[in-house]
Amino acid sequence: MNLILLLLPVALLLGFLGLCAFFWSLKSGQYDDPEGAAQRILNDD
Amino acid sequence: MSCCAGDIAEELGSQDYRETSRREEYLHSGHELKSGNTKYVFSVANVHCGSCINIIEKQLRKQTGITSARVNLTLKQLDLEVDKNADILKIVDQLEKLGYPPTPVDLGDLSEFKQEQQSAKLIRALAVAGFAAANIMLLSVSVWSGADGETRKLFELVSALIAIPAISYSGQVFFRSAYSALRFGHLNMDVPISLAIILSLFMSLYETFYGSGEAYFDAGVMLLFFLLIGRYLDQKMREKARNSVFALSKIAAKGANRILPDGQLTYIPIDQVKPGMTMRIFPGDRTPVDGVMVSGQTDLDRSLVNGESDTHAPKIGEEIEAGVLNLTGAIDIKASKPADQSFLSEVSKMLEAAENSRMTYVSLADRMAKIYAPVVHIFALVAFLIWFFLVGETWYTSLNIAISVLIITCPCALGLAVPVTNVIAANQLFKNGILMRDGTALERAAEIIKIAFDKTGTLTFGTPKLAENEIENLGVKTKSYLEALTSRSSHPASKAIANELHDVVHTDVSDIRELAGFGVEGIVDGKVIRLGRASWVSEIASGETKSSEDKISYAIEGNPLVQFSLHETLRTDALKAQRYFDANNIEAEILSGDGQQAVAKVAQHLGINEWKAGLKPADKHAHLQNLESKNIPTMMVGDGLNDAPSLAAAHVSMAPASACEVGRQAADFIFTNDSLNAVPYTISTAQKAKRIIKQNFGIAIAYNTIAIPLAFLGFITPLIAAIAMSASSIIVVLNSLRLSLHDMKEVETELSK
Repeated sequence: MNLILLLLPVALLLGFLGLCAFFWSLKSGQYDDPEGAAQRILNDD
Repeated sequence: MSCCAGDIAEELGSQDYRETSRREEYLHSGHELKSGNTKYVFSVANVHCGSCINIIEKQLRKQTGITSARVNLTLKQLDLEVDKNADILKIVDQLEKLGYPPTPVDLGDLSEFKQEQQSAKLIRALAVAGFAAANIMLLSVSVWSGADGETRKLFELVSALIAIPAISYSGQVFFRSAYSALRFGHLNMDVPISLAIILSLFMSLYETFYGSGEAYFDAGVMLLFFLLIGRYLDQKMREKARNSVFALSKIAAKGANRILPDGQLTYIPIDQVKPGMTMRIFPGDRTPVDGVMVSGQTDLDRSLVNGESDTHAPKIGEEIEAGVLNLTGAIDIKASKPADQSFLSEVSKMLEAAENSRMTYVSLADRMAKIYAPVVHIFALVAFLIWFFLVGETWYTSLNIAISVLIITCPCALGLAVPVTNVIAANQLFKNGILMRDGTALERAAEIIKIAFDKTGTLTFGTPKLAENEIENLGVKTKSYLEALTSRSSHPASKAIANELHDVVHTDVSDIRELAGFGVEGIVDGKVIRLGRASWVSEIASGETKSSEDKISYAIEGNPLVQFSLHETLRTDALKAQRYFDANNIEAEILSGDGQQAVAKVAQHLGINEWKAGLKPADKHAHLQNLESKNIPTMMVGDGLNDAPSLAAAHVSMAPASACEVGRQAADFIFTNDSLNAVPYTISTAQKAKRIIKQNFGIAIAYNTIAIPLAFLGFITPLIAAIAMSASSIIVVLNSLRLSLHDMKEVETELSK
């Protein structure tokens, strides 16, 4: 039971971090141009 | 002709002038930022791969004054930020030289921004709902597998803590829409959705704190998650369609070159044009307003305006409509009407009216919702009443059962069925070069029993071709002279001849010049050679001239006349498409603004019995309205300005990418390749999509006929609700995926049978 009390917040926090990371990536425009991003890897500069 | 030297000098002078008017146009499209820099957004249709990005960005970085340049491959857009030292025209020239002609996107009148926010909102709501659904489901699984007592209480409490913020954030999409529907006294699908979500949340909260029954947190949040997926896909598809149409758009005449009384040229915005002003129209420009020809000589291409396939040489004093393309020489026209009363804007007004009337189309999903939403409410209410009054249960148990009815009947599968199918169909069409602008267009396309074609530019290519073998038999020398003459002219006839000349030895022809309204001439070995109008060419030709005026003539001074006949070529696969219509009982008809003879020829060739020639835009529009009022769903396929109102009035419409801007805006589908196969393919995809949507509705109904009695009897537990909801959604999505197997080949094999 004690373990659950510890694990539950940890699991939720990790999930919440993931959600925040997604929002950040959305806001920083990483989904604006998915096709372009895939092609840019191949450009060497 | 001594006057010509003057003409040429004037042309040269006007070159500088055109430069400034172009600069003005680009400068207007800029958007000043707070930092003092200017931001431009260009639509660049030619960007298609990684190296395009590389070339553009690298080259632009070398230019002075550019603070940032970034290509967006998905939207085919270039975002440019420049400081005060930059010369926008130079940048544009550079891009054109690289092969990426940019089209300025007017940041001012862009509703794009709002739309963008809409989909960003949806994806955020979706992410929150997804996060909440996953976590609550984990907790629920442990409850279902036997967590009891304090542990269960704790899990439900945590679930509540996640569900409350998630529902109040993500659910807003539905709550808002439900609220506005209720305010106007309507019922839409979002009303039962909102009710189910809110009621299940409160009921579960009550359970958590006071009761010992089941909590429905997972069901409520999962419902939200599934429905948001459907909403998001729908929104995204609309955005993608709009962007791809936008990428095709070209600059419309937004201004006019006014000649001041003292002879000076200035560039004025189109809405400042007043009747009586004199305007100069350069070759390659479209007329900005209706006007009367004052001076000059040229050939006009009116195919987009009235469907006429032949070029037309206007006389002084003739009325010229707005939107006509000037081909060969500069002309001056006197505006006869202000811009907002010109032919162009009259067409736009007709278009608006037609579009408004089409707004009334109710999509299949909405029609379904109209029946579904009240039924769901009645079921839930009846369940409550029966359990409360007849069975004599407590209000609490009765309400619980009513909520489980609401949740289980909630249109998860329905909410996904339509958008998923539409997205797959749109992708499938997109892969075959067809852009869809509107989700309901597919449904409308599936219903048609009649199809009306414009002729010029739709059934035929907009550009004429030379009759077969006429060039082949000519001598090597003649061919090389023709090559020299035609390469200097932008007249469609010249282009048609140039297209047929292969492997020609290049000869130098001196003094080549284009005489507007007549043709091209040059000098070779001291002799004049001419290509153009018969009467003009025969001035230098020898021998009797049994020339026909509607043919293109060519002669070397003192030699007999050679004539070429031009004719319209049918679009690729026009015959095949016609066969498809016949096989599927779709009645084809031609509505053209061109002359009787030209239309009859095409109609006969294709075996289309119904055709009308010499129609004005209003006639076409009226014809389609008439069909619509008789309940004959008709698809209109057209490309011209004269087709635009009828494109909007038709049940559903298609336009080739070569269509004028107004036409493209009015059409539901736009096909980018030359083949007319796009039309049968669109129709067959639409029909298939409709079948799949109907099957999906069938699945959803079958699911409900099993689930509703169970819910009514109070057998539904949160576990069963979760499984049933997911299963029905997955089945619907899988069924929709079948559509991606439908490709162009399938239609072709059907035709070759």
